[in-house]
Amino acid sequence: MSSGSYIKRPNRPLQVYAAIFLIVLYVPVLFLPLFSFNDSIYVNFPLSGFTTKWYFELWDRGPVWNALENSLKVGGVVSLLSTFLGIFAAKAITRYRIPGRGPLVSFIMLPLVVPLIIFGVALLVLLSQLGIPLSLYTVTVGHLIICLPFSIATLIPRFEGFDQSIEEVSADLGENAWWTFWRVTFPMVFPGVLASLMLTFTVSFDEFIMAFFLSGTEATLPMYIWSQLRFPQEFPSVLALASLILAASFMFVFLGQWINRGAYASAAKGNEL
Amino acid sequence: MSDQSVSTSIGDNLPPPQIGWLRRKLYKSETFRGVTLLSPTILFMAFAILIPFSILITMSFWTQSGFTFDTTFTTANYQTATERPIYWALLKRSLWISGITTVVTVLLCYPMAYYVAFHVHRNKMMWIVLMTLPFWTSYLLRVFAWKVVLGYEGVINSALISIGFIDAPLEFLLYSQSAVIITLAHAWAAFAILPLYVSLEKIDRSLLEAATDLGDGPVMRFFRITLPLSLPGVISASLLIFIPTTGDYITPTLLGGPDGSMIGMLIQKQFGAINNWPMGAALSIILMLCIAAISAIFIILTMFVRKRIS
Repeated sequence: MSSGSYIKRPNRPLQVYAAIFLIVLYVPVLFLPLFSFNDSIYVNFPLSGFTTKWYFELWDRGPVWNALENSLKVGGVVSLLSTFLGIFAAKAITRYRIPGRGPLVSFIMLPLVVPLIIFGVALLVLLSQLGIPLSLYTVTVGHLIICLPFSIATLIPRFEGFDQSIEEVSADLGENAWWTFWRVTFPMVFPGVLASLMLTFTVSFDEFIMAFFLSGTEATLPMYIWSQLRFPQEFPSVLALASLILAASFMFVFLGQWINRGAYASAAKGNEL
Repeated sequence: MSDQSVSTSIGDNLPPPQIGWLRRKLYKSETFRGVTLLSPTILFMAFAILIPFSILITMSFWTQSGFTFDTTFTTANYQTATERPIYWALLKRSLWISGITTVVTVLLCYPMAYYVAFHVHRNKMMWIVLMTLPFWTSYLLRVFAWKVVLGYEGVINSALISIGFIDAPLEFLLYSQSAVIITLAHAWAAFAILPLYVSLEKIDRSLLEAATDLGDGPVMRFFRITLPLSLPGVISASLLIFIPTTGDYITPTLLGGPDGSMIGMLIQKQFGAINNWPMGAALSIILMLCIAAISAIFIILTMFVRKRIS
């Protein structure tokens, strides 16, 4: 390791670049909470004064609460379903020899890449041809398509990261496949499962395009925000709402990633070996 | 204690209770078990992707008549799409904006991924989480944040005015192609960083040492070892940004203005205000074909370049 030291010499310009990169990555988002406490209807400098009235105003709005409830419902169902399916899919992909595995995995991962507008439009066309009315259920199906790849991608490193012989030991000691899964495999991948639940919930909770095409009369929270963006006088309360959503999302995702940090460590170790 | 474990393991060696031949055979077959586990996901994805897309393709050959569809087969939509210059202009502009966004994002993210892969030794995980964290949060709100920053009376303009740097707001910031490109590059950065990081992290460090021992300086070392070996990451990063941004709808709507409008907005309008679903379907198919063609050309080109380098 020490022989590579000349490569590992600290690189000052690169360090500065990395710092600037992170600042630019985060600062634009931080303006939302900053202006949400600004005592002015206009979103500009100089700041007028500190206020929390936009948050209190939000509290009294019925539609916000409705939208929140809808988003929580959809997010909850989507995260449970996609993680449930994701566990089995990730196990199958990492543990068993499946003919045509490569193409199958790429097929599952397709929604990560194809523009979501095309997925939304295609599903909308299908639903209208089948005569299914748009509702929160159709949004749930749309979100499931997006979240399944995320769930599987989160879980695969977990399954790859632990020693398969532990499962074999359990089988040798007389557990059948079902109990081996619940008593050995599941506890080992549990951080991944938690992370998948939290990440898919956040993705669904924050998703806009699918909801835009597939929701009926009941709006999700991003849909509500979208509808308010047209009205300049609503800007400050949208800022307050956006700040709350962003804070919750950031905490949720950070927690999820942190719980699942072992997966990265083991994947990195695998690379070094 | 040891007696017990011995006796259980002996008990295990007894022949298992008789179950049907076929069932036992299937149970033992790894492929069967794998396919069984994967089948719910595959079935769902097949149902949710293949069927809607086949209907979308079918519909693109229909025409809208009033509030219903004329289901006789016709290529009229495709003809209209090629004939109307506005459609071509929008498509070309979308591909152009996405192309620039891709180049900008990959160029900006490469040094960052390089830094984390080669120069961060402690808390690597922390850096990766920090770089990808915003990506998981609301896309809509991140775009909205840029609207606040770039707006006519937004952060940059009002800050520059209040320190007396400029007198009137800079108009090119909002509702322009550059606004769309800045926002897209910012929003999709995580998508570029991860594949770049993974490909850089995989590079065998002893190759770099060998290059140095054989007399290459840092610059030559980078261009002869690091860059060619990280090309797979560059390719996937480029595709991961180019493909989804081409069809983006939120950013051009919120920040694009007339100069920055993109094909995604037109597709949405066909399904909304204009209410010509078959035309929208045809435009979606055209967009996908264009993306597929450009991606294929890009992959072939990079393969060619890679062969020439190595």
